Amino acid sequence: MSIVNVAPPSKFDVARKTFIRNGFGSPLTTLISVIVIAGLAYIGWVLLDWGIFRAVWSEEDVSQCGGHAGACWSVIDARHRLILFGTYPFDEHWRSTLAAIAIVLTVVVSCQPVIWRAKRLAILWIAGFATYYLLMEGSLLGLPQVTTDGWGGLSLTLFLFAAVVLLGMPMGLGLALMRRSEMPVVRWFATILIDTVRSLPLVTTLFTAAVVVPLFLPSWLEGDKIWRVIIAFAMFFAAYQAEVFRGGFQAVSKGQFEAGRALGLSYWSILGRIVLPQVFRHALPSTVNMIVVTFKETAIVTIIGFFDILASGKAAYGTAVWAPYYIEVLVFVAAIYWVFIFLLGQYGEYLKGRMALAAH
Amino acid sequence: MPTADELRIRAKRRSRAIQSLILILTIIAIWGAVSNAQYNLTRMNMTSGFSFLERDTGWDYSFSLVERSISDRYYYTLFIGLLNTLFVGFICIVTTTFFGFIIGTLRDARHPALSFAANVYVQIFRNIPLILQAVFLYAILIHLGGPRQAINLGDVAFLSGRGLMLPGLNISPAVSIGLLLASIAIAIGLIIAKTSLWRGLAIWFVSSIGICLLATAVLHPSGEPFFSVPSLQGLRFRGGISVPIELLALVVSITLYGSAYIAEIVRGGLSQVPAGLVEAGQALGLSRISIWSRIKVPMALRSIVPPLGNQWIFMMKATTIGIAIGFSDLFYITVNSISQSGQTLELILILMLTFLAVNYSIAIFTNWLNARLQLKEH
Repeated sequence: MSIVNVAPPSKFDVARKTFIRNGFGSPLTTLISVIVIAGLAYIGWVLLDWGIFRAVWSEEDVSQCGGHAGACWSVIDARHRLILFGTYPFDEHWRSTLAAIAIVLTVVVSCQPVIWRAKRLAILWIAGFATYYLLMEGSLLGLPQVTTDGWGGLSLTLFLFAAVVLLGMPMGLGLALMRRSEMPVVRWFATILIDTVRSLPLVTTLFTAAVVVPLFLPSWLEGDKIWRVIIAFAMFFAAYQAEVFRGGFQAVSKGQFEAGRALGLSYWSILGRIVLPQVFRHALPSTVNMIVVTFKETAIVTIIGFFDILASGKAAYGTAVWAPYYIEVLVFVAAIYWVFIFLLGQYGEYLKGRMALAAH
Repeated sequence: MPTADELRIRAKRRSRAIQSLILILTIIAIWGAVSNAQYNLTRMNMTSGFSFLERDTGWDYSFSLVERSISDRYYYTLFIGLLNTLFVGFICIVTTTFFGFIIGTLRDARHPALSFAANVYVQIFRNIPLILQAVFLYAILIHLGGPRQAINLGDVAFLSGRGLMLPGLNISPAVSIGLLLASIAIAIGLIIAKTSLWRGLAIWFVSSIGICLLATAVLHPSGEPFFSVPSLQGLRFRGGISVPIELLALVVSITLYGSAYIAEIVRGGLSQVPAGLVEAGQALGLSRISIWSRIKVPMALRSIVPPLGNQWIFMMKATTIGIAIGFSDLFYITVNSISQSGQTLELILILMLTFLAVNYSIAIFTNWLNARLQLKEH
């Protein structure tokens, strides 16, 4: 009697067989596969051919660009400092670089589960943000002072992003708690604020903060335009994040509050030690999603006159020499955004998968 | 040791104190803001109030669906801005929903190449800011040459730096707006009459095309052809419908971006349909298309509609980025009015109330749609 192999087929084997059956199972599916793969390959080839094989790379070779079929990356070679740093003083660009790295590191470190305690996260973000501010502003470290008007490019985009998340997160939590309050005035206040901010386009909110709000404020309260816009942006973030937290609260059963009450714990102890840890856990994937959206939306500030990476990109091809190479510059800016947003988004997907596993 | 009653009274008092404090602070903040605004306005010698709406504007802008001139009143110009916003928003809601369903279905498909291609599309267009896509597209369009160097799309449509020329029915713009409204009215009527999804869509499609053809047959200028096809005459195109590049860039970029988002919503909804239902359909011998249209989509719609409604509201709000490429939506018109007339507070108030009203209407509609789609408990 021969031995029959009854071991289950390997996962790879199953995947390969499913792939072949679904992709090449019948003449029609095979035809679709061939057409789609050929189409994608053609587009990929055209892009590679334009962007790499026929491209001109260095600033000195710019004369070869005219009438050329490939990309002219000379414009990036020549103007990348303007795109990345805006009008920040040339000799101080190393500060802007370090500051941007500080923000990126803060985001990367916050992705590690070890850091997921409210206190650690708060310390990390405040430290990262302070590093950024001290380096960019400079006067406290004894470096030449650069006011916020001089900040620009990628560094400004990262600054807006970090400031909005840092301010907006506690505001969002506060609004979510107010919306759940048993006191009607508090609840209405939060509900009206959240619903109004969510119904208005972000541009109008930011425009109002930049242009209209000074009319309402005495001059000593006006502050910098950039801070007014950051606070308005943080309100926008908080209004959406409050709804994310609300979903998290709904996932925590009421019995947990009641159990805490029965043990004689105070409101803040119940919240801090029992409910909020679970709320944060449930709200995590949506929060990452909200952070991704915020990073994308920072591009809006170019409309109200900030020199973010989109505006500095436009300035980079704003001279007669570089005007023909606007596509290269915009592709470069889009690629920067894409890398940041794609990686954050993939991380969000990974978290979702991880939590789905934990729920089993 | 306080009794339970005393504790309850204490808690009540504290809650009253907190609420009064919030009310008082809000009132003080509003009063302070208003008095400051009055002080600032008198200092700048500006009159407040809405009488400026009756004044002439004296400036021009890029796009309107109806007749316009620089001697229009402010209220009329703002109305055109609202019309433009609603127009772009409506077109984008329709196109993004349409393409979003197609791409989301492909994303959910078993066929590996199709789902991969859909995934590539979603990952590219969802991960680049909308405003950057709009600026990019606009930059490319504006660098296309004049009408003489136009890209010829099958001799009926032409794309140049001046705009996209499309063939169209030979009717006046006012009539086409009337037809658009009639088509929306038919759609609302069908929804109220509770026609089933696919039959309703078919009836709506056929009847909309029907009234368009009928109106053209009756109303087109006598002696001219039924269809108006653009053709190059000298230095410009004549005939057809001209779509300015601002409008084109805005609609295409919102469509690319929004349909990537809706595709993800649709895929999420489709993948939540229990596999047993699909297998039951297969066991009954239904074709793949029937399984999709009669089992998967109706089931998935219940989880798709709430986030879809949010996406529609997002699309309405996204029209405001038109200002970055010079499309005259409501926000653009408002900002221009502010810089020309100086009536900042009044204009911002109008802008905000309008957006609240529009988005609130969409929210009511999707809530109602959602309530209609939920399974009835027997």
